[in-house]
Amino acid sequence: MTTSAMAPPSGRGFFGGFGGRFVPEPLMPACLELEVAFRTAWADPGFRADLAALLRDYTGRPTPVTECHRLSENLGVRVLVKREDLNHTGSHKINNVLGQALLARCMGKRRLLAETGAGQHGVATATVAALLGLDCVVYMGEVDVERQRLNVFRMELLGATVVPVSSGSRTLKDSVNEALRHWVATVEDTHYCMGSVLGPHPYPWMVREFQRVIGDEARHQCAELGAAPTHVVACVGGGSNAAGIFAGFADTDAELVGVEAAGGAAVGGNLVGVVHGSKSMLLQDSYGQVLEAESVSAGLDYPGIGPEHAHLAEIGRATYPSVTDDEVLDAVRVVSQTEGLIPALESAHAFAYLLREVGRSIPRGSTVLVNLSGRGDKDMEQISDLLSQRKEAQ
Amino acid sequence: MTVLEATLNAVPHPILVPYITGGVDEHWLDYVHEAVDAGADAVEIGIPFSDPVIDGPVIQAASVRALERGTTPDTIFRDLDRYRGSVPLVVMTYYNLVHRYGHEAFAQRLANSGVTGVVLADLPVEEATEWTQAADAAGVVTVLIAAPSTPDDRLQHICDQSRGFVYAMGVMGVTGERATLADSASVIAKRAKAATGKPVLVGVGVSTPENAATLVTAADGVIIGAPVMRRIAAGGSVAALISEFRTALAPA
Repeated sequence: MTTSAMAPPSGRGFFGGFGGRFVPEPLMPACLELEVAFRTAWADPGFRADLAALLRDYTGRPTPVTECHRLSENLGVRVLVKREDLNHTGSHKINNVLGQALLARCMGKRRLLAETGAGQHGVATATVAALLGLDCVVYMGEVDVERQRLNVFRMELLGATVVPVSSGSRTLKDSVNEALRHWVATVEDTHYCMGSVLGPHPYPWMVREFQRVIGDEARHQCAELGAAPTHVVACVGGGSNAAGIFAGFADTDAELVGVEAAGGAAVGGNLVGVVHGSKSMLLQDSYGQVLEAESVSAGLDYPGIGPEHAHLAEIGRATYPSVTDDEVLDAVRVVSQTEGLIPALESAHAFAYLLREVGRSIPRGSTVLVNLSGRGDKDMEQISDLLSQRKEAQ
Repeated sequence: MTVLEATLNAVPHPILVPYITGGVDEHWLDYVHEAVDAGADAVEIGIPFSDPVIDGPVIQAASVRALERGTTPDTIFRDLDRYRGSVPLVVMTYYNLVHRYGHEAFAQRLANSGVTGVVLADLPVEEATEWTQAADAAGVVTVLIAAPSTPDDRLQHICDQSRGFVYAMGVMGVTGERATLADSASVIAKRAKAATGKPVLVGVGVSTPENAATLVTAADGVIIGAPVMRRIAAGGSVAALISEFRTALAPA
């Protein structure tokens, strides 16, 4: 494998043929300014040290890699789990938010704007805004407000304003639209803290760099365990946790697997499109109207995928299979009862793939590193409902 | 000089360009004709997109209405075969529709429908080259947008690259009406006028005939979208609305 599989993008922000900057003119100066600010900060040891200190002292990094003995024995593969669920606020999202919030402060912005699906990115943004004394507004689809009520309350308790989005499918896609609309009008004092490896350059690259701490740590931790993963598996909506863990293993022989929700499988659809600022794989009709994704998991309910993932798929460095909602629910139960780890519905997609594919695309004897990107506490009500619905149906 | 630019330059009074979402209802082409008959100097036709990030509630609602009726670029092109006006048509849409249709095919279809210019809301000048080559080959010009946030050097580049006219965004925000006319509208108009000899039209946030009259002291004309689409949504007369703006912009 080449070390350049996850190299920085081109000057205009392209990973191969994907990425770029497709935003209305009023946002272009902000994107250009952000790129300069990020390049400067990322090359500045002082910025890096500030971020590292927050990741250590506030978030609790490094997160461990847990050897899953019972699951390993049952499956006949060695299962290692990167524990992003142990981050403050319960998922990997805070890695990126701390980076962007520090950057926002460097740029003199006093307000953070975010979109959120499952609410994890919104909670992380509200948390860090409180920590740094910044204002915070979060756009969230009405459907998601309903299925993630607890997270809405958490954001409000943290001092953020949550704006329900009633347009379109009322999920993640539409909250990105509304966040972009809001940003156009507030760009002077507001930083758009995008939650995934989506959007115009430099977001896909910047968010991957802020998340690569997952992969860099895991690489080191696996080496200490004497394990060289043959497979690295992560769920993909936009794909930030996957990009983060892949970044640590792109130059190894490990197979990189990003698992999409069956109802939002952008790569599976194999159509190139442009929405929300970048060119990537996109669920769309024959005229280019963007289709609505459908998934049990609010965080993966997105019709696109980060442009770098589209690139990794095209060059064959990573694959992007999908799993069904039923497989995901099974995985939640198996992982909870075998390892005492309750995964978020999003993260359970990665486990569902593992459970389905051992003995098929994952040979017995493999060493599989799974990114447990977030904990399932937020999903208890929904999982309980889904499991009882299923029982009734039987 | 392009035909669109020459046509607009020949207009003897401040330029008035209404925007109408294509396919918003079965009468949409009638609204275009009403606007032309009431004194529009060109008409901007919106091709609706599922994710219109620069549009406010009024034009979003019009887009949803149009899409729910099954409107596609092809149904709009087909309807435009019945256009009987003499003023230029400019299409406004989002880039994904063009990308999906194919640059050459889309440009050719615009040209065959008598459309002379196109505005792509989310295609900035850096990414426009591939499209403009296809559009130029078909004889369709690409109008670029300048925003209040656009710095001077970038504004110069946009004005140089824009064809037909320069679309000056009046406010930092989505399309739609505002209670008061933003100062930024006259400022961007003056800045663009200083950078180019091409016509400069201000759109976004031009809410009333009074706004329009104020702006044309700095700009060559205005584009009005949300007031027109709100009038259509309310079942009111497009002709009457355009007449009000036309009167406000009549030569002194």
